[in-house]
Amino acid sequence: MARSVWARPFLYALAIAMSVFFLMPVYVMVATSLKPLDEVTLADMWKLPSTIDWSSYATAFDKLAPNFWNSILLVVPATLLSALLGALNGYVLSKWKFKGADTLFTLILFGMFIPYQSILIPLIQFLREIGLYNTIPGLVFVHVVYGIPITTLMFRNFYAAIPDEMIESAKIDGAGFVRIFRYIMLPLSITGFVVVAIWQFTNIWNEFLFAVTITTSDKQPIMVALQNLSGSQIVQWNVQMAGALLAALPTLLVYIFLGKYFVRGLLAGSVKG
Amino acid sequence: METVNVTTTEKATAVPAVRKKRKWTADHWLAAAFLAPSVVLIFLFVYGFIGWTGYVSLSNWNSLVPDWSFAGLKNYLYLFHDFRFQADLRNTLVFTVLFIAAVIVLGQLLAILLDQKLRGESLFRNIFFFPMALSFVVTGVVWQWLFNPSTGVNLFLKPLGLDGKWYTDTNILGGFHWGKIEFGVPVAIVAVVVAAVWQMTGFAVAMYLAGLRAIPDEVREAARMDGATEFQLYWKIILPLLRPITVSVIIIMAHISLKIFDLIYAMTGPGANFVTDVPGVYMFETTFRGNYYANGAAIAIVMLLSVAIFIVPYLISSRKGGS
Amino acid sequence: MRKKASAWLALALGIGMALSGCSSSNSSSDHAKQGSQKAGEKLEIFSWWTGAGEEDGLKALIKLFQEKYPDIKVENAAVAGGAGTNAKAVLASRMQGNDPPSTFQVHGGAELNEGWVAAGKMEPLNDLYEKEGWMDKFPKALIDMVSKDGNIYSVPVNIHRGNVLWYNKKIFADNGLQPPKTFDEFFQAADKLKAKGITPLALGDKEPWAATHLFENVLLGTLGTENYKKLWTGELSFNDPQVKQAVETFKKMLGYINEDHSSRNWQDAAQLVAEGKAAMYVMGDWVKGYFVNDLKLKVNQDFGYVPVPNTEGKFMVITDTFGLPKGVKNPDDVKKFLAVLGSVEGQDAFNPLKGSIPARIDADPSKYDEYGKQTMQDFKTAELAPSLAHGSAAPEGFVTKVNQAVNIFVTQKDVKTFIDTLASAAAELKK
Repeated sequence: MARSVWARPFLYALAIAMSVFFLMPVYVMVATSLKPLDEVTLADMWKLPSTIDWSSYATAFDKLAPNFWNSILLVVPATLLSALLGALNGYVLSKWKFKGADTLFTLILFGMFIPYQSILIPLIQFLREIGLYNTIPGLVFVHVVYGIPITTLMFRNFYAAIPDEMIESAKIDGAGFVRIFRYIMLPLSITGFVVVAIWQFTNIWNEFLFAVTITTSDKQPIMVALQNLSGSQIVQWNVQMAGALLAALPTLLVYIFLGKYFVRGLLAGSVKG
Repeated sequence: METVNVTTTEKATAVPAVRKKRKWTADHWLAAAFLAPSVVLIFLFVYGFIGWTGYVSLSNWNSLVPDWSFAGLKNYLYLFHDFRFQADLRNTLVFTVLFIAAVIVLGQLLAILLDQKLRGESLFRNIFFFPMALSFVVTGVVWQWLFNPSTGVNLFLKPLGLDGKWYTDTNILGGFHWGKIEFGVPVAIVAVVVAAVWQMTGFAVAMYLAGLRAIPDEVREAARMDGATEFQLYWKIILPLLRPITVSVIIIMAHISLKIFDLIYAMTGPGANFVTDVPGVYMFETTFRGNYYANGAAIAIVMLLSVAIFIVPYLISSRKGGS
Repeated sequence: MRKKASAWLALALGIGMALSGCSSSNSSSDHAKQGSQKAGEKLEIFSWWTGAGEEDGLKALIKLFQEKYPDIKVENAAVAGGAGTNAKAVLASRMQGNDPPSTFQVHGGAELNEGWVAAGKMEPLNDLYEKEGWMDKFPKALIDMVSKDGNIYSVPVNIHRGNVLWYNKKIFADNGLQPPKTFDEFFQAADKLKAKGITPLALGDKEPWAATHLFENVLLGTLGTENYKKLWTGELSFNDPQVKQAVETFKKMLGYINEDHSSRNWQDAAQLVAEGKAAMYVMGDWVKGYFVNDLKLKVNQDFGYVPVPNTEGKFMVITDTFGLPKGVKNPDDVKKFLAVLGSVEGQDAFNPLKGSIPARIDADPSKYDEYGKQTMQDFKTAELAPSLAHGSAAPEGFVTKVNQAVNIFVTQKDVKTFIDTLASAAAELKK
């Protein structure tokens, strides 16, 4: 490779500089959350804590634990259900195409781009009618419904990679719709499920608009509770930062351990269907 | 990292032509039956509800009690004469342009950087990507502090005389009068753009990186044989090859930025003189705080239309491209 | 084979449903375990009292109630965040869904009368007032604030005063200043302070109501109680020259505030005064609780207080009240709670902790601090004026519009546009 001598060091310097920019908020979050309250002053925000003080985590956990649990109760079923629906839809739309299937798929796909504000007022009225307003199951339902486009897209793209010949030969062997799904598609979909599940998990965990409008006080997921943490009292920055870190922890852990699948999901969801 | 199967769908869509001749079996009915619930849900909850919201936006329901009487375009007229909404339109436009431009430039830069086979590449990649795993609310809470004028980055910038008022700045750059507002670039938006870029650049990097990895090495080798410098190689050959990805990045970032709500709600709120307000925040506050349901619905419809302008052609073209 | 697959599917769906069902079944089973199924209905007390002192006050009140009625199960359904805005949004959606809490916190005045009463969502409480003999225990003007068309709809639990000017004692002493009684004195003092490099007036309008709060105090000081009240009934136009004068005064005041006002909330602004960076602060007397409890300052030592200039003998009332929504299943339990809430005992349990004063005029002053005692005295004699910023003077929708207009005005300082906006918004107010 023909490069000048200074190119490499320059590239490293650039990479490090950019890393500093990306890590700066993390530093502030961690350092502040470990400080005792009296060290959390505006002027000293960049300083390391003089002693490690876990009390802000205790306070934040105290306040956020119920909402953390709400989020778990929301995310687990919503992720499973929407992944399952997406797999079925993707299977049908890639391997059992009928006339107009592509148009239908495009119409479904539109649902993932809409600003949810445009369906929020009727949605709330509807949930109230069926008694699911301000319930976790209600929120699960919402995320399953509005998760259909993205999970369908991901699985459709995923299944498209499975050769049609496999399906055809299975059909010749007498396998039907369900059997092909169960014995051919599903075993091949483990990666697909992991990718979709991680994607949905992250998105639903981080979601705010539905959460803040559909649930109240003790039913609220973690992100709303975090936003409310400042509340109607003194803003304790160490507690807020500890809370932010706690709220971010599950998705961060998923990212750290399964980052590869996370990025695949991101690409699968962003590329044309 | 693996490359994406962008092309596989095309292969799949080529098949039905053959299959169409097959007869419609019981299994086809079963397939349709499995798909039907989702289709019904989408039609009801997406298209039906959009229609319903449209109906609300034409009603007089601007209080606690629903009032379904027909108001015509009153709510829309009110909005477009409203200082706050005009400011929102300006802010969204400025935010979208700055945000997309920054994400594209930084995304390409970092993707190319990661493509240089640096040592510790996966570490750098993870550092650039991880903000995507965070919620906009978390980002908002943290950056609110980083850009607080009396602390945060100003503590470094002050000795250099570069400290700013960030999101509390009420100046509008290059302003001229337009409607009721001053049109231009609100300085306060910059702070929000930085936070959004911090969070979303990883997305673009991932896409560009996938694109770079899909470019065969022969292309680079051939260019180098012809005596192109590294800079020329990227500027003249690689970047143009990445253009289709840029289109995708623009679409994706545009639909995120046009409906942005949580980041701004958590970080700055509407701001003084509404310098950081956006339709998403206005819709939320006016509907769920002020009980102006019809006005809120009208804002939502305007938001939907602004997104649709980008998305509908994109969806149609990608469908055509597929078959 | 097909059977197996569908069984698998059903299982997955079942797990999903079961998991999502958990949350709702949890609470009811806990409830069942604790027995007391007799009444069945919980008494759900809805408020936005989640801050330090106010939460303690509410808990003390609930404790008192439980001592009297141990059989009634109480649920503290407080909603945090946004100084009540979150809670109000939650309430609005619950009321629309015909799922009202047993009783809820609502500011007396328009928020109650033009909001819930006008929407036909509240039960009158005249019989409760008669039974408890409250008609002469609350000031007449206060009962009027919770009444519409001759019916009384809620029970006030506390009073906050909105028109208070807080000042840093040390700054005033060092500069030989007296707390201003008129706007002229205010501006004289402000000029002096400004020359010394001290921010004369603190403002924290990150949440726009804080600026509206300042504006309404200037309105009250300029117009006087009578005319101030007429603004909200449509009897006095916003195009009146007096309003213009008030807006000009407000504008002039904005020339003396801290630069970073829009990044501070009301507590952050109070901190400026506490730290000696700003000299004065116009805010309701919940600031006292913040000064004393959170910042450990001493009344009349570290900070002092006077009525906002030109408003001596006037009292900007913010009153939290509780009412009985239509359609609750346990109205008798609710009335029992309201009776405790309106009793001297109840008010004296709640208010010292919350840092407010009782709404009753016969409460025990010895339970209150120096500020409380004096304010209780003032409350008995002063002219009461409803606060706009806190929803007592006008409906929520109008307040929202005023907040928007004020938010714009604070930056642009365009008097004419501001008044035009106010006047056109006021067209919605009832004549």
